Amino acid sequence: MNRRDILRRSAAAGLLATPAAGLLSGCATGGGGDKNDAETYQGTKSAQNPLGVKEDAPLEVVIFGGGFGEEYAKAHEAMYTEKYPKAKIKHSSTQEISKTLQPRFVDGTPPDVVNNSGSGQIDFNGLVSQNALAGLDELLAAPSLDIPGKTVKDTLLPGAVEVGSYDGKFLVLNYTYTAYGIWHSAKLFAHRGWSYAKNWDEHIALCKQIKAAGIAPWTYAGLHPRYMSWPLISTAIKLGGPSVATAIDNLEPNAWKSDSMRTAADAWHQIVKDKFILDGSPGLDHKQSQTAWCQGKAAFISCGSWLESEQKDVTPAGFNMTIAPTPSLGSGDKLPFEAIRGTAGEPFMVPAKARNVAGGLEYFRTMLSKKGAQDFTKKVASLTVVAGASEGVELPYGLSTVVKALDASGANGFNWVYNNFYRKLERNLVDAACGEFFSGRIGPAEFLEQCQKGADSIAQDSSIKKYKRAA
Amino acid sequence: MKHGKWPLIVTFLVPPVLLYLVFVVSPYLQAFQISTTDWLGYSADANPVGLANFKALWHDDYVWNALKNNVILLALVPVLTIVLGLFFATMLALGGRKGSAGVTGVRGGALYRTVYFFPQVLSVVIIALLWKEVYHPNKGLLTSALHGLGLPSPTWLGDPATAFWCVLAVMVWSNVGFYVVLFGAAMSAVPKEIYEAVLLDGASRFTTLRRVTLPLLWDTVQVAWVYLAIFALDGFILVQLMTNGGPNFSTDVIGVRMYDTAFGSETKFGYASAIGVVMFFLTLSVAVLSLRIGRRERIEYS
Repeated sequence: MNRRDILRRSAAAGLLATPAAGLLSGCATGGGGDKNDAETYQGTKSAQNPLGVKEDAPLEVVIFGGGFGEEYAKAHEAMYTEKYPKAKIKHSSTQEISKTLQPRFVDGTPPDVVNNSGSGQIDFNGLVSQNALAGLDELLAAPSLDIPGKTVKDTLLPGAVEVGSYDGKFLVLNYTYTAYGIWHSAKLFAHRGWSYAKNWDEHIALCKQIKAAGIAPWTYAGLHPRYMSWPLISTAIKLGGPSVATAIDNLEPNAWKSDSMRTAADAWHQIVKDKFILDGSPGLDHKQSQTAWCQGKAAFISCGSWLESEQKDVTPAGFNMTIAPTPSLGSGDKLPFEAIRGTAGEPFMVPAKARNVAGGLEYFRTMLSKKGAQDFTKKVASLTVVAGASEGVELPYGLSTVVKALDASGANGFNWVYNNFYRKLERNLVDAACGEFFSGRIGPAEFLEQCQKGADSIAQDSSIKKYKRAA
Repeated sequence: MKHGKWPLIVTFLVPPVLLYLVFVVSPYLQAFQISTTDWLGYSADANPVGLANFKALWHDDYVWNALKNNVILLALVPVLTIVLGLFFATMLALGGRKGSAGVTGVRGGALYRTVYFFPQVLSVVIIALLWKEVYHPNKGLLTSALHGLGLPSPTWLGDPATAFWCVLAVMVWSNVGFYVVLFGAAMSAVPKEIYEAVLLDGASRFTTLRRVTLPLLWDTVQVAWVYLAIFALDGFILVQLMTNGGPNFSTDVIGVRMYDTAFGSETKFGYASAIGVVMFFLTLSVAVLSLRIGRRERIEYS
């Protein structure tokens, strides 16, 4: 036997293995479909058990291991097992939700509860268009666990259901309540005798004063410049009313180039033109810019209400970070100065193919109980979508300013959801345009043009499912 | 010995071949199949769409932009890395001229070798994070150095005009060390007599490198070229960690585009697989081309 024979024979062996490879190649997309008849857990519904939880059914919970940690979830799980002692809970935590869970979705064996959050979040457009999520309407109709006489829906803050709804179906429970605004240090302002400006001209005047004092008025997350799209869009909505946001969310033609958006972009261009932004900001990421702000190198920064917990380690004592709404453009604004963007965030979902859907919904009911929500607020210093659940809980300084701002905003609060509908539009396209705009490389007209071009590319892409929301 | 051969072949050949088939060949085949579907990655439904993904690719400006960056990397990273690698290796192996006692390296060669090889020991992730801090626009090493000299400094990774070159520099920096060692090893296989003869003829160090070392090392250089070309077509980890393709897509590469399409801002696994298939053929053709073009007579020492 010579070398050539061996080669020939091993080639034959390779051929033999090829059909096996062919079989394997089917499995990435092939599996799953027929596993629907796998056992699902369903108990009998009763007044005590409105969702029909099978009391000994195991429940699997996957938590995003981000800023909130996982201790709060373990507490919720303990509350669940208190009610269903026979249920075994499998808890895990990861930062890579998408990569970890994708094979399990395909396989048709996803966990029962998923905290789909963070930069490794699974795009909701994809999940919803593939019917991968269980509807949560039954949860809304169920009575609250510990607020007597109210259904779960009655206990939620306004807007909590809308933001998790796709074409009117409630699919995603956004658990935290987040306000987006402009932050400053109350200590710095008191020390210098400055006060937060309520309209744009005063804001610019204040920026001048701050700059003269040797501090940069603004900084922002240059590597994630979409943070700056939030105050800009907020300014436009306060000027033109909530329909500005609806048009953007519904991908209406030229929504980004509406008069309100133009005026707002022109106004914000001022802080770029007058060099009110900390040098080097375009090269900072969110942590670096927030840290520069905490060190007093800049006076203002745009962020959501998670800022305080994210900066916990580097905030000097007595810094007293304070959130404020965006300044009004003028007396012609449709919404008052107090109006602020408030929205439910931190998404949780029950996959449609989870084996214990009822258990997942019941877990949500536990989270949304007053006890569950209060425990969360205590543990991670963040508000929940449960109305009034922060009452009686001692809040850190920044969060208490968020509560005040939300109270003052009341029914004038507004929000937009295009970032949930079309993740790519905010994360990639508007993000890139903001980077160019706030570093001064393009002007307001080109900025809106680039955003509009991004929105149009989404609108024209037939492979992306489109959603509409009512005004 | 005859009857003992088969068990040996089977035990040593079958497991690796099987592993290769399962973990390398089958995913490739699968990617080809998925690239012809509209699979969105989170259900088992995927409809065949033929070549629609490839057609969309052809009209996708973002993909073309990423590809353009890859082409620039392909043109520059191998050349810069090999030139620097050869230069350092020559200096370490035969750069010394002071002693005049024959062919030696520069003084402190061992130290240099360690320093050059250092990036190779670090994980790519650490390299990316390290350089992100070096490029920090306010307190980074580079900015501080420039400010110390009284010079203005750019915002490095924050400016589309500089970000790409910053990433390219890191790519070269992190690769050079390995090729210094590789070329150094190849040089030590070259008989010393040749260099001694060259030295007697009075050739300068540059002529020695160009006329003697390079031709003798051609095989190794060629291998380096293929590796580096494949690296330049990928470049994913460094770019993803340092800039994630930004600002304004100025550092985008095809690997980041693929990742972003599947796991980032969208879940279009079908489309991402199509990008992967294109990458597969690009890498394959670059490898074949550089092997073909670089083909020369092999020199054997006897």
